[in-house]
Amino acid sequence: MQTENVFFYIVAAFAVISAIMMITRPNPVKSVLFLIVNFFCLSVLYLLLRAQFIAVVQIIVYAGAIMVLFLFVIMLLNLEDDRSFVERGNYRKFVALFLAGGIVFEILSSFMFSEGAGSGAVSQEMSDLGTVESIGKALFTTYLFPFELTSMLLLAAMVGVVVLAKKRAE
Amino acid sequence: MAPLSAIPLNHYLALSAILFSIGVIGVLTRRNAIIVFMCVELMLNSVNLTLVAFSAFLGQITGQILVFFVMAVAAAEAAVGLAIIIAIFRNKQTVNIDEINLMKW
Repeated sequence: MQTENVFFYIVAAFAVISAIMMITRPNPVKSVLFLIVNFFCLSVLYLLLRAQFIAVVQIIVYAGAIMVLFLFVIMLLNLEDDRSFVERGNYRKFVALFLAGGIVFEILSSFMFSEGAGSGAVSQEMSDLGTVESIGKALFTTYLFPFELTSMLLLAAMVGVVVLAKKRAE
Repeated sequence: MAPLSAIPLNHYLALSAILFSIGVIGVLTRRNAIIVFMCVELMLNSVNLTLVAFSAFLGQITGQILVFFVMAVAAAEAAVGLAIIIAIFRNKQTVNIDEINLMKW
Protein backbone atom coordinates (compact mmCIF):
# COMPACT_ATOMS: atom_id res chain seq x y z
CA MET A 1 0.00 0.00 0.00
CA GLN A 2 2.76 2.40 0.95
CA THR A 3 4.99 1.29 -1.91
CA GLU A 4 2.10 1.76 -4.31
CA ASN A 5 1.68 5.36 -3.12
CA VAL A 6 5.37 6.09 -3.67
CA PHE A 7 5.19 4.39 -7.05
CA PHE A 8 2.23 6.57 -8.06
CA TYR A 9 4.05 9.81 -7.25
CA ILE A 10 7.19 8.71 -9.09
CA VAL A 11 5.22 7.78 -12.21
CA ALA A 12 3.15 10.97 -11.98
CA ALA A 13 6.33 13.06 -11.76
CA PHE A 14 7.72 11.24 -14.80
CA ALA A 15 4.50 11.94 -16.70
CA VAL A 16 4.58 15.68 -15.90
CA ILE A 17 8.31 16.01 -16.67
CA SER A 18 7.99 14.18 -19.99
CA ALA A 19 4.99 16.35 -20.93
CA ILE A 20 6.95 19.53 -20.17
CA MET A 21 9.93 18.22 -22.15
CA MET A 22 7.54 17.39 -24.99
CA ILE A 23 6.26 20.95 -25.37
CA THR A 24 9.67 22.62 -24.94
CA ARG A 25 11.92 20.63 -27.31
CA PRO A 26 12.59 22.45 -30.61
CA ASN A 27 13.22 19.17 -32.46
CA PRO A 28 9.88 17.50 -33.38
CA VAL A 29 11.35 13.99 -33.24
CA LYS A 30 12.40 14.51 -29.60
CA SER A 31 8.90 15.80 -28.86
CA VAL A 32 7.42 12.58 -30.23
CA LEU A 33 9.78 10.44 -28.15
CA PHE A 34 8.93 12.34 -24.94
CA LEU A 35 5.22 12.00 -25.73
CA ILE A 36 5.73 8.23 -25.99
CA VAL A 37 7.37 8.28 -22.53
CA ASN A 38 4.30 10.17 -21.30
CA PHE A 39 1.98 7.54 -22.80
CA PHE A 40 3.88 4.74 -21.07
CA CYS A 41 3.56 6.60 -17.75
CA LEU A 42 -0.19 6.92 -18.28
CA SER A 43 -0.36 3.22 -19.08
CA VAL A 44 1.31 2.44 -15.74
CA LEU A 45 -1.24 4.67 -14.01
CA TYR A 46 -4.07 2.75 -15.71
CA LEU A 47 -2.54 -0.46 -14.33
CA LEU A 48 -2.52 1.11 -10.86
CA LEU A 49 -6.23 1.79 -11.35
CA ARG A 50 -6.77 -1.88 -12.36
CA ALA A 51 -7.71 -1.02 -15.93
CA GLN A 52 -5.61 -3.73 -17.59
CA PHE A 53 -7.34 -3.64 -20.97
CA ILE A 54 -7.09 0.15 -21.29
CA ALA A 55 -3.42 0.02 -20.26
CA VAL A 56 -2.58 -2.50 -22.99
CA VAL A 57 -4.63 -0.64 -25.60
CA GLN A 58 -2.88 2.58 -24.60
CA ILE A 59 0.49 1.07 -25.48
CA ILE A 60 -0.65 -0.73 -28.64
CA VAL A 61 -2.83 2.02 -30.13
CA TYR A 62 -1.24 5.22 -28.83
CA ALA A 63 2.42 4.45 -28.33
CA GLY A 64 2.40 1.89 -31.13
CA ALA A 65 0.16 3.04 -33.95
CA ILE A 66 -0.55 6.75 -33.53
CA MET A 67 2.95 7.85 -32.52
CA VAL A 68 4.56 5.81 -35.31
CA LEU A 69 2.25 7.71 -37.69
CA PHE A 70 3.42 11.04 -36.22
CA LEU A 71 7.07 10.02 -36.39
CA PHE A 72 6.62 8.83 -39.96
CA VAL A 73 5.04 12.13 -41.08
CA ILE A 74 7.73 14.20 -39.32
CA MET A 75 10.51 12.25 -41.00
CA LEU A 76 8.67 12.37 -44.34
CA LEU A 77 8.35 16.18 -44.23
CA ASN A 78 11.94 16.75 -43.03
CA LEU A 79 11.04 19.76 -40.87
CA GLU A 80 13.39 22.35 -39.45
CA ASP A 81 13.48 22.99 -35.70
CA ASP A 82 10.64 24.98 -34.19
CA ARG A 83 12.16 27.41 -31.69
CA SER A 84 8.90 29.09 -30.75
CA PHE A 85 9.08 28.01 -27.12
CA VAL A 86 12.73 28.79 -26.36
CA GLU A 87 13.10 32.10 -28.23
CA ARG A 88 12.97 35.44 -26.42
CA GLY A 89 10.20 37.99 -26.83
CA ASN A 90 7.51 35.45 -27.61
CA TYR A 91 4.62 37.11 -25.79
CA ARG A 92 2.28 34.19 -26.58
CA LYS A 93 4.22 32.07 -24.12
CA PHE A 94 3.20 34.29 -21.21
CA VAL A 95 -0.42 34.46 -22.33
CA ALA A 96 -0.45 30.66 -22.59
CA LEU A 97 1.15 30.22 -19.14
CA PHE A 98 -1.40 32.61 -17.63
CA LEU A 99 -4.34 30.81 -19.24
CA ALA A 100 -3.04 27.36 -18.32
CA GLY A 101 -2.43 28.49 -14.74
CA GLY A 102 -6.02 29.69 -14.64
CA ILE A 103 -7.26 26.30 -15.88
CA VAL A 104 -5.22 24.41 -13.28
CA PHE A 105 -6.42 26.69 -10.48
CA GLU A 106 -10.02 26.37 -11.60
CA ILE A 107 -9.95 22.56 -11.84
CA LEU A 108 -8.02 22.10 -8.59
CA SER A 109 -10.23 24.52 -6.67
CA SER A 110 -13.30 22.60 -7.82
CA PHE A 111 -12.34 19.60 -5.70
CA MET A 112 -9.49 20.60 -3.39
CA PHE A 113 -11.56 23.02 -1.31
CA SER A 114 -14.59 20.80 -0.87
CA GLU A 115 -14.64 18.65 2.25
CA GLY A 116 -14.10 14.92 1.83
CA ALA A 117 -14.81 14.85 -1.87
CA GLY A 118 -12.87 12.27 -3.83
CA SER A 119 -10.68 11.11 -0.97
CA GLY A 120 -11.92 7.52 -1.05
CA ALA A 121 -9.87 4.60 -2.29
CA VAL A 122 -10.57 1.75 -4.70
CA SER A 123 -12.47 -1.07 -3.03
CA GLN A 124 -11.57 -4.73 -3.40
CA GLU A 125 -14.51 -6.09 -5.38
CA MET A 126 -13.72 -3.78 -8.29
CA SER A 127 -10.41 -5.47 -9.10
CA ASP A 128 -11.86 -7.35 -12.11
CA LEU A 129 -13.57 -4.28 -13.54
CA GLY A 130 -11.01 -3.52 -16.23
CA THR A 131 -10.31 -7.02 -17.53
CA VAL A 132 -10.73 -7.90 -21.19
CA GLU A 133 -13.65 -10.12 -20.25
CA SER A 134 -15.78 -7.48 -18.53
CA ILE A 135 -14.96 -4.77 -21.12
CA GLY A 136 -15.75 -7.17 -23.95
CA LYS A 137 -19.07 -8.10 -22.34
CA ALA A 138 -20.07 -4.46 -22.00
CA LEU A 139 -18.88 -3.59 -25.52
CA PHE A 140 -20.80 -6.37 -27.23
CA THR A 141 -24.04 -6.05 -25.26
CA THR A 142 -24.83 -2.60 -23.90
CA TYR A 143 -22.54 -0.61 -26.18
CA LEU A 144 -22.89 -2.68 -29.36
CA PHE A 145 -24.35 0.16 -31.45
CA PRO A 146 -21.64 2.75 -30.59
CA PHE A 147 -19.06 0.01 -31.21
CA GLU A 148 -20.40 -0.54 -34.74
CA LEU A 149 -20.57 3.22 -35.30
CA THR A 150 -16.88 3.41 -34.36
CA SER A 151 -16.04 0.93 -37.10
CA MET A 152 -17.95 3.12 -39.57
CA LEU A 153 -16.01 6.16 -38.31
CA LEU A 154 -12.68 4.39 -38.84
CA LEU A 155 -13.76 3.36 -42.34
CA ALA A 156 -14.76 6.94 -43.17
CA ALA A 157 -11.44 8.23 -41.78
CA MET A 158 -9.54 5.68 -43.88
CA VAL A 159 -11.30 6.75 -47.08
CA GLY A 160 -10.84 10.42 -46.18
CA VAL A 161 -7.12 9.99 -45.57
CA VAL A 162 -6.62 8.27 -48.92
CA VAL A 163 -8.50 11.07 -50.71
CA LEU A 164 -6.67 13.85 -48.85
CA ALA A 165 -3.14 12.48 -49.16
CA LYS A 166 -3.51 11.39 -52.78
CA LYS A 167 -1.54 13.31 -55.36
CA ARG A 168 -3.77 15.51 -57.50
CA ALA A 169 -4.03 14.31 -61.10
CA GLU A 170 -2.78 17.17 -63.26
CA MET B 1 -5.79 -8.23 2.09
CA ALA B 2 -4.69 -4.62 1.99
CA PRO B 3 -6.82 -2.19 0.03
CA LEU B 4 -5.99 -2.23 -3.66
CA SER B 5 -5.10 1.41 -3.88
CA ALA B 6 -4.63 4.01 -1.20
CA ILE B 7 -4.17 6.88 -3.61
CA PRO B 8 -7.10 9.29 -3.33
CA LEU B 9 -9.09 10.23 -6.41
CA ASN B 10 -8.05 13.87 -5.93
CA HIS B 11 -4.47 13.10 -6.87
CA TYR B 12 -5.45 11.48 -10.14
CA LEU B 13 -7.65 14.48 -10.97
CA ALA B 14 -4.87 16.93 -10.08
CA LEU B 15 -2.35 15.07 -12.28
CA SER B 16 -4.88 15.05 -15.09
CA ALA B 17 -5.49 18.80 -14.74
CA ILE B 18 -1.74 19.50 -14.83
CA LEU B 19 -1.21 17.37 -17.94
CA PHE B 20 -4.19 19.04 -19.62
CA SER B 21 -2.77 22.51 -18.93
CA ILE B 22 0.63 21.51 -20.29
CA GLY B 23 -1.21 20.48 -23.44
CA VAL B 24 -2.96 23.86 -23.51
CA ILE B 25 0.39 25.68 -23.21
CA GLY B 26 1.77 23.61 -26.07
CA VAL B 27 -1.22 24.29 -28.33
CA LEU B 28 -1.02 28.04 -27.65
CA THR B 29 2.74 28.49 -28.02
CA ARG B 30 4.08 26.04 -30.60
CA ARG B 31 4.09 26.95 -34.29
CA ASN B 32 4.69 23.52 -35.79
CA ALA B 33 1.26 22.10 -36.70
CA ILE B 34 2.36 18.52 -35.96
CA ILE B 35 3.45 19.44 -32.44
CA VAL B 36 0.13 21.24 -31.92
CA PHE B 37 -1.54 17.95 -32.88
CA MET B 38 0.60 16.08 -30.38
CA CYS B 39 -0.43 18.51 -27.65
CA VAL B 40 -4.07 17.81 -28.51
CA GLU B 41 -3.30 14.11 -28.07
CA LEU B 42 -1.78 14.89 -24.67
CA MET B 43 -4.98 16.70 -23.65
CA LEU B 44 -7.12 13.76 -24.82
CA ASN B 45 -4.95 11.44 -22.74
CA SER B 46 -5.31 13.54 -19.61
CA VAL B 47 -9.09 13.37 -20.00
CA ASN B 48 -8.79 9.60 -20.46
CA LEU B 49 -6.94 9.42 -17.14
CA THR B 50 -9.82 11.27 -15.46
CA LEU B 51 -12.34 8.86 -16.97
CA VAL B 52 -10.42 5.76 -15.89
CA ALA B 53 -9.90 7.17 -12.39
CA PHE B 54 -13.61 7.88 -11.98
CA SER B 55 -14.43 4.45 -13.43
CA ALA B 56 -12.21 2.73 -10.87
CA PHE B 57 -13.40 4.80 -7.94
CA LEU B 58 -17.11 4.52 -8.73
CA GLY B 59 -16.94 0.85 -9.69
CA GLN B 60 -18.63 1.54 -13.03
CA ILE B 61 -17.23 0.22 -16.30
CA THR B 62 -18.77 3.02 -18.41
CA GLY B 63 -15.74 5.26 -18.02
CA GLN B 64 -13.39 2.66 -19.48
CA ILE B 65 -15.75 2.03 -22.40
CA LEU B 66 -15.74 5.77 -23.08
CA VAL B 67 -11.92 5.76 -23.03
CA PHE B 68 -12.01 2.98 -25.62
CA PHE B 69 -14.17 5.14 -27.90
CA VAL B 70 -12.02 8.22 -27.28
CA MET B 71 -8.98 6.20 -28.42
CA ALA B 72 -10.77 5.11 -31.60
CA VAL B 73 -11.79 8.69 -32.38
CA ALA B 74 -8.26 9.92 -31.58
CA ALA B 75 -6.80 7.41 -34.01
CA ALA B 76 -9.17 8.58 -36.77
CA GLU B 77 -8.49 12.22 -35.91
CA ALA B 78 -4.72 11.77 -36.01
CA ALA B 79 -4.87 10.02 -39.38
CA VAL B 80 -7.10 12.68 -40.98
CA GLY B 81 -5.18 15.55 -39.38
CA LEU B 82 -1.82 14.28 -40.58
CA ALA B 83 -3.25 13.78 -44.08
CA ILE B 84 -4.41 17.41 -44.04
CA ILE B 85 -0.94 18.51 -42.86
CA ILE B 86 0.67 16.56 -45.72
CA ALA B 87 -1.72 18.18 -48.21
CA ILE B 88 -0.91 21.65 -46.82
CA PHE B 89 2.82 20.93 -46.90
CA ARG B 90 2.51 19.88 -50.54
CA ASN B 91 0.88 23.22 -51.41
CA LYS B 92 2.78 25.68 -49.19
CA GLN B 93 6.06 23.87 -48.32
CA THR B 94 5.56 24.65 -44.61
CA VAL B 95 3.68 23.41 -41.56
CA ASN B 96 4.20 26.64 -39.62
CA ILE B 97 0.73 27.67 -38.46
CA ASP B 98 1.69 31.38 -38.62
CA GLU B 99 2.14 31.07 -42.37
CA ILE B 100 -0.99 29.03 -42.98
CA ASN B 101 -3.55 31.84 -42.99
CA LEU B 102 -5.42 30.93 -46.13
CA MET B 103 -8.78 30.95 -44.38
CA LYS B 104 -8.19 34.26 -42.59
CA TRP B 105 -10.33 37.10 -43.90
